[in-house]
Amino acid sequence: MERPIIEVKNLVRKFDELIAVNDVSFDVKKGEIFAFLGPNGAGKSTTIKILTTLLNPTYGSVRVNGFDVVNNEDDVRHSFGIVFQDPSLDDELTAWENMEFHGVLYGVPKAIRNSKIEELMKFVELWDRKDEIVKNFSGGMKRRLEIARGLLHHPKILFLDEPTLGLDPQTRNHIWSYVENLNKTEGLTIFFSTHYIEEAERIAHRVAVIDHGVIVASGTPEELKARSGVDSLEDAFLKLTGKDIRDENADGSGNFRMHNRVWRR
Amino acid sequence: MQMGQVILECITAYGADNFMNAIYILWLRQLKRYFRSKSRMVGSLGQPILFLVALGFGFGPIFEKAGAGNYLQFITPGIIAMGILFTAVFTGIEIIWDRQFGFLKETMVAPVSRLQIMIGRTLGGATVATIQGVIVFCLTLFVGFRPVSIAMIPVAIFFMFLIALAFTALGTAIASVLDDMQGFQLIMNFVVMPTFFLSGALFPLQGLPGPIELIANLDPLTYGIDGLRGALSNASHLGLHTDLLVLLSMVTALVIAGSYLFSKMEI
Ligand SMILES: Nc1ncnc2c1ncn2[C@@H]1O[C@H](COP(=O)(O)OP(=O)(O)O)[C@@H](O)[C@H]1O
Ligand SMILES: [Mg+2]
Repeated sequence: MERPIIEVKNLVRKFDELIAVNDVSFDVKKGEIFAFLGPNGAGKSTTIKILTTLLNPTYGSVRVNGFDVVNNEDDVRHSFGIVFQDPSLDDELTAWENMEFHGVLYGVPKAIRNSKIEELMKFVELWDRKDEIVKNFSGGMKRRLEIARGLLHHPKILFLDEPTLGLDPQTRNHIWSYVENLNKTEGLTIFFSTHYIEEAERIAHRVAVIDHGVIVASGTPEELKARSGVDSLEDAFLKLTGKDIRDENADGSGNFRMHNRVWRR
Repeated sequence: MQMGQVILECITAYGADNFMNAIYILWLRQLKRYFRSKSRMVGSLGQPILFLVALGFGFGPIFEKAGAGNYLQFITPGIIAMGILFTAVFTGIEIIWDRQFGFLKETMVAPVSRLQIMIGRTLGGATVATIQGVIVFCLTLFVGFRPVSIAMIPVAIFFMFLIALAFTALGTAIASVLDDMQGFQLIMNFVVMPTFFLSGALFPLQGLPGPIELIANLDPLTYGIDGLRGALSNASHLGLHTDLLVLLSMVTALVIAGSYLFSKMEI
């Protein structure tokens, strides 16, 4: 069997007292679309930041494309592309300059670069505003530009951290079909996080449900439904993560642990 | 065999090309940002000019009465260095802004080494600060400053660039260990201001009390200003060679320290 392209074993990340990621283990196979599904503050972004070398793990081993994220940072960085959850554009550059900056940094050859930038900016419908300073863009336009930028080079793995947050349903569909197509035609491995259940169900081959820094269940959407004995992933999700409303600091751990036990049997 | 060599050469050429391209685009970004924020450009020119006019005309007569020569000729290199110092530290510290607004992540996950990022940014910041220094220099000509030799102006610009490099790297090093902008004021008060005042920018360093002299001797700006004075007013105390040697070593040390701290930075 081929070695998984992402291997995470017993990953822990603490911020002072807070344990944001608590002993998480999972694998992602090459060519797979893998979703991290979880409520706010579950630890999705923290895990993605560790996978992409932005944060160091407190404990545990993480390999991306066969390379250790702590000891082989540079090799890991050659393996992936990412669309962040938080803003990551240079507000004082134009849309086109942001794209070009990315293309050069990722070594996309000039001949391909310019045509690819044009193609992608047309795809997200920003081509006619390419020479505008990003500062003047609306939130949705910035988001679309970030996604276009993330697709400019074709890495082995594409990380998307809540990529469609704040976008309208049409744009969302549009973008997901592009990403699915990339996965099919070029065999790109896709790792995305979301708190939209229907997105995980529709797009992902495999889903890991994460809550309070712990993976409470994982498998194909069908498996998850079957295992929790409900017929929608939404019910499975609510059963897994409890019904209490989360904000980033809410402590629903008591509730959560009960479900966790059920799942681990 | 030969084929293998050709391929190897292609790869290294391609690699080197990419290496330079990444540095170039980072450098270019700093320049674009600088030229686009006119208010910052003008703002950071105001302070040196104010110092030059207020001190130059205010202290000039006393300085001359004490038999120390023309004060305007004396402080102009210091004022140029001041413009460079502030701009350089600021562009270095800008990393904190980039982190706050999220752009830093974009560079930090790219397949380029932290060293390249550091080199590109530092060269960009240093270029901007040098331009700032040249502008201040041109303005001082209007106030009445006269360089002793046109031929030495390139040497002066080289010293400006070294000062700029040293303090952009220092700014980067500080930004790498600072968590947020809260510390910024602290840095201005406890690093930048003393660096400026104890560098001999405004008064001769001879005959200072021991501890202050010691600090002045450790201050890179001391050598930068002495070098500038040598090139512009032919009034170097330590000699241009000493200035150059000491300043170059300090720049190297600061760039290495800055790169190291930057490479350890978490987002
Ligand atoms: N840099 C940080 N410092 C302190 N706490 C953090 C930091 N980043 C994330 N956290 C905390 O870690 C937990 C997980 O956050 P995150 O990974 O962003 O969740 P998600 O992306 O699933 O919404 C949250 O409680 C959050 O407040
Ligand atoms: Mg998140």
